Amino acid sequence: MCSYIVEKAKLLGSAKGPNGWMRIDTANVYYDHPFHAPLDHALGIDFISEADGGRDRVAVELSAASARELVAKILAALANGEIEHGKAAHHPMEAAE
Amino acid sequence: MTYESMLAETIAFRGHHGDLGEAYYARPLGGPWPGVVLVHHMPGWDEWIKEATRKLAHHGFATIAPHLYFREGPGSPDDVGARVRAAGGVADEQVLGDVAGAMEFLRAQPYANGKIGVIGFCSGGRHTYLAACSLDGIDAAVDCWGGNVIVDDPKQLNAKRPVAPIDLTAKLRCPLLGLFGNDDENPNRDQVNRTEAMLKKLGKTYEFHRYDGAGHAFFNATRPAYRPEQALDGWTKVFGFFHKHLTAAAAARAA
Repeated sequence: MCSYIVEKAKLLGSAKGPNGWMRIDTANVYYDHPFHAPLDHALGIDFISEADGGRDRVAVELSAASARELVAKILAALANGEIEHGKAAHHPMEAAE
Repeated sequence: MTYESMLAETIAFRGHHGDLGEAYYARPLGGPWPGVVLVHHMPGWDEWIKEATRKLAHHGFATIAPHLYFREGPGSPDDVGARVRAAGGVADEQVLGDVAGAMEFLRAQPYANGKIGVIGFCSGGRHTYLAACSLDGIDAAVDCWGGNVIVDDPKQLNAKRPVAPIDLTAKLRCPLLGLFGNDDENPNRDQVNRTEAMLKKLGKTYEFHRYDGAGHAFFNATRPAYRPEQALDGWTKVFGFFHKHLTAAAAARAA
C-alpha cells in the first residue's frame, strides 16, 4: 500500500517502553506494511508524546482481525468498568481542550 | 570451485544538499563491477532491504542502499520510519538528491565499471521511476511494483509528491524493467496496463512482466505475500536485465 495515510488520535495517558513510563498525547494509527509482524498489512499504532518531540514511541502491529477484536474489547472493558465504577468524568486536561 | 567473496558494511554518503547520511553497501571483491542503487520500501531500511542488497552484490553488482530516512535519526530504522510516516513521507526532491548522491558514491569507487542501475521496491519502485525520468547517468532501472506511478486522485499530490511519475515518462532516459503481481491493488492491473501503454506510445525501451498468483511485494520472504516461484523468476529477470545493460554493455565498450 505504501500510503502514508495516518489517523491521529489525541490522547491523555501514559505508555511504558524500553525507557520506562512516559506520558503520551497522540496515537498515530495506520494500516500499511508492518516492520516486524509477519503480515502483508497490519494495523499499526504508535503511541507518542508530540509535546515531548514525538521521538520515542510505544508501537504495536496487529492483524486487521486482531485490531477489530481489540477495539471491541476496549469498548467492552470500558462499558463493564463504568458499570462498576460509574461513568468517568472528563479529566480536567481533556476538558480544557 | 569458484571463489566467491563479498564485503557488506554501513558507509557514509553525501545525499541531497550534501547532507551526510548512512547507507548499506555490499560489493563483490575484485572488479570491475557495475553499480546499483537500491531504493528501499516504505517500511524503511530494514533487514530484507539489506538482504536484497547483498543478493545483488552476490550476483556481481556493487550495490548501495541509502537510508532515505536518515535525517529523522538517530534511532532504529523502524522508529525512524514511524516518524517519517507520521510526517507524511519523504519529499520526492530529497529522495532524488539522495539517489544522485548514492550514484556519485558508486562512480567514485576504483573498481566501478562506469555503469549504474537503480532498483526500487514498493514506494522505492515509484522513486525509481521518478529517478529514471529525472536523473542523468542511469543506465538501467527496475521498478518492482511501485505504487502511485499513476495518480488517479489529484488530492494525492502534495508538496512532497507534486508530480505523478507517469507524467514524466517522456523524459525517461534509460531502459526500464517492471515487475508486477496481477493481484496487487497498488499498482493494480489497469494502472500497470496504462503505464505500459504510455511507455509504448512514447517509444521507450522497457520490459514489463506480470505474475499471476502474486500480489504486492512477492519477493519478500518474511511476509505471506512471498511467492517463491514468481520471486525466483523475477530475480532472474532483474539479474538478466542488469547484466545486459550494465555488465555486458561495459564489457563491450571496453573491448
